Amino acid sequence: MLRKTFENEIQQVKDDVLLLGSMVEQAILNSVEALKKRDIKASETVFEKDKEINQKRFEIENKLMVLIATQQPMAHDLRLLASCMEIISELERMGDYAKGIANINIRMGDAPLLKPLIDVPRMARIGVDMLHQALSAFVNEDVEIAKSIPVKDDEVDALYNQVYRELMTFVIQDPKTIERANWLLWVAHNLERVAGRVTNICERTVFIATGEMQEIKSTDDEFWQAQRQK
Amino acid sequence: MATNNNSNHKYVIETRDLDIFYGSFKAVTGVNMKVERHKITAIIGPSGCGKSTLLRAFNRMNELYAGTSIQGQVMFDGEDIYASQVDPVEVRYRIGMVFQKPNPFPKSIYENIAWTARIHGYRGDMNELVENSLRQAALWDEVKDKLHQSGLSLSGGQQQRLCIARAISIKPEVILMDEPASALDPIATLKIEELMQELKKNYTINIVTHNMQQAARASDYTAMMMLSQEGERSGTVIEFDETNRIFTNPKDKRTEDYVTGRFG
Repeated sequence: MLRKTFENEIQQVKDDVLLLGSMVEQAILNSVEALKKRDIKASETVFEKDKEINQKRFEIENKLMVLIATQQPMAHDLRLLASCMEIISELERMGDYAKGIANINIRMGDAPLLKPLIDVPRMARIGVDMLHQALSAFVNEDVEIAKSIPVKDDEVDALYNQVYRELMTFVIQDPKTIERANWLLWVAHNLERVAGRVTNICERTVFIATGEMQEIKSTDDEFWQAQRQK
Repeated sequence: MATNNNSNHKYVIETRDLDIFYGSFKAVTGVNMKVERHKITAIIGPSGCGKSTLLRAFNRMNELYAGTSIQGQVMFDGEDIYASQVDPVEVRYRIGMVFQKPNPFPKSIYENIAWTARIHGYRGDMNELVENSLRQAALWDEVKDKLHQSGLSLSGGQQQRLCIARAISIKPEVILMDEPASALDPIATLKIEELMQELKKNYTINIVTHNMQQAARASDYTAMMMLSQEGERSGTVIEFDETNRIFTNPKDKRTEDYVTGRFG
């Protein structure tokens, strides 16, 4: 077959994107686990490991640039490589959310958690599952699955609302809890964004496979609209 | 033929069920293609699929080769150029051509244009015509001080631009270009491509190219040609679309395979 070398390099890039994705998944889960256990050392590890995520992203970006410059990709190849550029940027930002959560745990110092974490780890689990499925759909270019994933964002949004209401109850009862409530609200916010960004990856997958650039309807927009109206 | 340079036809050239034969061999089959005015339309496809044959049918250049014939129609500004009353020389005058290998006449740079214009009956200010033609071909500044040197003394890229200047000196409506840059280095190639962008303001350009990047960079529309796989192997246009579309999201799998380099 013509372009066997190029095909191999494309495969290598896809593998690299998956690897970056799994680093991010792990970072998100670890950041929440560390917070749940108030394990500062574990959070410091997440914080440090984010540098590896960034490094991996730059490495993939560089490979993509070289492939685009030297192989002049067209049509499907071009859509794939250009979309990878976008996807790795989304993944890197998700890594930053994990780092943000780690940072909160470190900054909380000795202060105990305002409440036991139940919904927050759930949010993390659903977000990571969505990300995992989105990356599988990307590798397999499965349009149907890619389109079905963003709907799961609803669950994350519902959990966010629940966490928000609970935290507000604490604050109303005792305004001195405001800082601790705020920390947790930021954690929940970061996890909500992770799920939101998965949608962008799904949109790229649809684009790679079909060439159609379209927004996948997610309830995310409605969610933020509802927040504004509160 | 009526001289209707300001024709209202959106499509300067339009083929209708065009078949082209070399003797009994059908080289090109069933082409229905529309060439839009003031646009650059590229024809791409693998070797031997009939690109140049199709291009040459647009100005009856094929007839210079013995045994060629066509079926169907080639309309130019709405008029059938193969109709019996049409003079092929007139057609080639209105639809000029630039070839793969630069072919200036063995005359001075000035005479390459002046001689051509005289043959076509030009009676105006010759110095002005020569300068204008060379300027339009982005060659004037490079040759204005040596107009009486031989056209063959120029570099390949300059010779090709001289041929373009010669083609436009007789004010055609369409310029057909058959691999105009394949014998040129990358810089000279880019100059030709830049020039095409200038020329399309006044002319319609149809270009055959092997260089897909060139088609992608320089053209507005792209016709993808390929040999049919069944029966007698004859070339045809399998996909025609905006160039942006052909190179980012072609509809036909064979176009996809060709533009991504997987054909073969």
